[in-house]
Amino acid sequence: MNPTPPSFGKSVFELLSSMRFAISLLSILAVASIIGTVLKQAEPYNNYVIQFGPFWFEAFEKLGLYDVYHAAWFLVILTFLVVSTSVCIYRNAPNFAREMKSFREHVSEQSLNAFKHRHEANTTQPPEALAASAQRYLEGQGYKVKNLPREEGVLLAAKAGSWNRLGYFLAHSAIVLICIGGLMDGNLIFKVQQLLGYKKIETRDIPQSQVPAISRLSPSNPSFRGSVQIPEGSSADVVFLNVADGYLVQDLPFTVGLKQFRIEHYTTGQPKNFESDIEIFDRAGKKIREATIAVNHPLIQDGIAIYQASFADGGTRLSLRGWNLFAPTASSFPIEGTVHQNATLTSAAGDSTLEFIDFRPFNIEDMGGDAAPARDTMSVLGGSSVGDKKHLRNVGPSFQYKLRDSRGQAREFSNYMLPLELDGRWYMMSGVRDAPNEAFRYMRMPLDADGNLETFMRLRGALLDPALRPEIAANFAHQALPQNAWGTEIEGKLTNSAEQVLALFAKGGFQTLGQFIETKVPAAEREKAAGTYLRILELTAFEALKIADRQANLPPPKVDDATGWLVRDTLNSVSDMFVYGAPIYLQLMHYDEVKASGLQLTRSPGKKVVYFGSLLLTLGVFFMLFVRERRVWLLIKPGRALLAMSSAKHTIDFEKEFTQHAQALDSLAK
Amino acid sequence: MELALNQPAPLLKRLSWFDWLFAVIVATGGLFALSRFGEFMDIYEKGILLTAIPALAVFGWFWKPFRTLFIVVGAVSLFAISQYHGDLARMDEAFFLKYLIASQAAIMWMCALFGLATLTYWAGLLSRSEFTMKTASAMTWSAVAMGFIGLMVRWYESYLIGSDVGHIPVSNLYEVFVLFCLITAMLYLYFEARYQTRQMGAFVLLVISAAVGFILWYALDRDAQGIQPLVPALKSWWMKLHVPANFIGYGSFSISAMLGAAYLLAQRGILASRLPRLEVIDDIMYKSIAIGFAFFTIATILGAMWAAEAWGGYWSWDPKETWALIVWLNYAAWLHIRLVKGLRGPMLAWWALGGLFVTTFAFLGVNMFLSGLHSYGTL
Repeated sequence: MNPTPPSFGKSVFELLSSMRFAISLLSILAVASIIGTVLKQAEPYNNYVIQFGPFWFEAFEKLGLYDVYHAAWFLVILTFLVVSTSVCIYRNAPNFAREMKSFREHVSEQSLNAFKHRHEANTTQPPEALAASAQRYLEGQGYKVKNLPREEGVLLAAKAGSWNRLGYFLAHSAIVLICIGGLMDGNLIFKVQQLLGYKKIETRDIPQSQVPAISRLSPSNPSFRGSVQIPEGSSADVVFLNVADGYLVQDLPFTVGLKQFRIEHYTTGQPKNFESDIEIFDRAGKKIREATIAVNHPLIQDGIAIYQASFADGGTRLSLRGWNLFAPTASSFPIEGTVHQNATLTSAAGDSTLEFIDFRPFNIEDMGGDAAPARDTMSVLGGSSVGDKKHLRNVGPSFQYKLRDSRGQAREFSNYMLPLELDGRWYMMSGVRDAPNEAFRYMRMPLDADGNLETFMRLRGALLDPALRPEIAANFAHQALPQNAWGTEIEGKLTNSAEQVLALFAKGGFQTLGQFIETKVPAAEREKAAGTYLRILELTAFEALKIADRQANLPPPKVDDATGWLVRDTLNSVSDMFVYGAPIYLQLMHYDEVKASGLQLTRSPGKKVVYFGSLLLTLGVFFMLFVRERRVWLLIKPGRALLAMSSAKHTIDFEKEFTQHAQALDSLAK
Repeated sequence: MELALNQPAPLLKRLSWFDWLFAVIVATGGLFALSRFGEFMDIYEKGILLTAIPALAVFGWFWKPFRTLFIVVGAVSLFAISQYHGDLARMDEAFFLKYLIASQAAIMWMCALFGLATLTYWAGLLSRSEFTMKTASAMTWSAVAMGFIGLMVRWYESYLIGSDVGHIPVSNLYEVFVLFCLITAMLYLYFEARYQTRQMGAFVLLVISAAVGFILWYALDRDAQGIQPLVPALKSWWMKLHVPANFIGYGSFSISAMLGAAYLLAQRGILASRLPRLEVIDDIMYKSIAIGFAFFTIATILGAMWAAEAWGGYWSWDPKETWALIVWLNYAAWLHIRLVKGLRGPMLAWWALGGLFVTTFAFLGVNMFLSGLHSYGTL
């Protein structure tokens, strides 16, 4: 007689409801979740290509690793978890419900005798009397007791802690509910629509009004989480949903207008509060309400929660002064610009484009450290509260722009509006970098005694002007030599040297000078030559400043430390200009700030389901872990009483309780 | 006759005069705080304060030593506050503040006492001296008192820095490490009294000492003990609930890991005669995980609800959220195996010990190695 093999359906049912399967699912879920924390999710795809190379990029993309938690295979695991838990509930429910109600009245004396926890006592009392006092005792201990007549005596069947089983139902139904709630708020509907070809991700960078219907979601879309940036004084009736390497446009049932965005600061300079004054209009343009939202204080409108999520520049107008760095004159020209817009610069070398990227009214800098992290959008959510904040200082506004030449090559610049004090002297700072992942390198331009750039610019012009070189050199030689050497061959030689040094410096700064020394001077004398050339350069530069001041109808420069440092700093700065990468420096004179607030709008119908599930989960966990289910039987016959006790979990508490009941029986039975 | 059967009397009848005095003190303190500072609180904060009154009273009735701790901490903290005269600089001038009960001084005393208690527990364990271990318990109690005084005074100090800076001291890694030490020690002290065994103190205090080591390094080397104003995302009443609940979880899980280690050693015969029976260690390990799991569940739910208000979604698969889920799944699996399969023994002890690494990564590793929204403490 072979037992019939179980049917396929039965085997699947067995597997799904088995403990081993549940534990395996929990483990797989845990491991799968780790992937998404190790690999940064939902980054621009370009970053992944750079990180992994084209081959692995594609392999990982196929596996859905850039958005693990929405990948099909992850959803399958979750589905299995829901199914397995449901099957488990279905399988155990009838049994457990019966257990909760049952007193297990049909135990026989024989089976009670087989219990591990049993205790026998002799008694002289009649069975009914002992049963009555024992019942009072057990009820006092929190038991529900049933008194059952038996032949020759009484059986007390008692139970306590049945809610433990209820906890099982609550906790496991909660898991199912939470997963269902989560799926309601997931992007399952869109995934299906995408698969069937009804919807498509938009990857082009085009105005939202031009995004075709296939990449738009209707206002009735039950669940979404998108964001939008609104400049002050503007409004938006859509949000953008980032999906894979593109986006979708979600139309809203209302319009959000931003009146004002504010940042409050603590006295230490750290941000204290981000707030947006917003207005809600219906589709007809009628104002419905006004509100102020802040981090931790969202606004709910038509079931859509509006959150303060980030901020950015909303198109600040900048009044700039452009300085031609390589022109021999110290003249500047005005430029007007707006953040997020472009301007054209015309020069002999061809047209180039100025792309204004950002404006920051505050820059909290670690003085001595590097410059601020450059991000277009500032999150308002993160932030670390510990760190070396002793040297932090607000150094005032800065603006960022790209200069793109006619061949399309671009460099990024970041200029501060106010001068910074470094080593006790004041400079205008301009940072430059070739790629967004680099740190800014700074060119620092010295300020004169009046706090202006003019002296630096004048001296720079004079140093670069070939027409002035003979005069500068002659004045230098005249000054450097004693009177008896004037007009001699020595003076001519020195003039020539000075002119050569100036010419080399004007060609490429210290670097050109260094190269010249390396090719022309024997190794042993290089250090000495470099020292001499540097000295010549500084002294000629001072002569150049005298000439430049005279030409500008200014009194001659004072011979003091400040002038000395100004000359030295100018030389450094001019030398840096050759690697600065732009022929102009843009000085910010005035600005008219326009901020933009980054809002996140969420509709999540699953939230209530998840919260309800969470409540059940909490109750369930407490019932399961802290309510102990125990059963007691007391079979009383004339002359003796038999106590037996059972529990699903034999803990130390259970042992203690059994001992207590046994002692109680002894004293009751006396 | 039935009275001799230690029938439980109704709860209210079992209370002593001290229980009632304690409840009156808690209520007076809470209501005074409400009347004095109520205008600066929102409705939720008032709710938390008012709920805390019965919660603390009942907790003191349930666990009697808490009453004394509460009164001592309250009295000393009030004394410390009175010494400030509203001037933060008094921290370095007033004798008591400078050497004992300014927040930083008290926390350093806590560190020292925990260190001493660890050594004393080990000395008691190795010499089988009950007296030595009683001393160690007393030191642990003193450390807990000093730690709470430190946090209370720190709370006050934060308002002296600026009325807009003041906040409950559970907002950064430094503060929560102190909280971790205190909660872990209190949970341990509860088990110690409940099971009438002090031998596990040697093991549990090791994990507290490790945390103390971190606090000292963080304060002395990284200068992280300063009170910093809250970032906007943390300015919410949710913090008062979410953070402590989480640390009851972390503390319990750490205790269970240490007991797992004790179990494995005892099972191999190491220190076996000095440690409690294996069943006792196993039982406390289970209880500890049960408490931890329940509170971790609540903490994660509270965190999700907070995220729904601050981050725009109750679940964003942020690294911290994901790792909280992993920790939760880990202990859910542990409990399933123990409760459903009825499995006991070394396997679960190893698992509880391994759980410490998962928990530590969720607590610290995520901040150190992964970036996300929940980066409130950097190293």
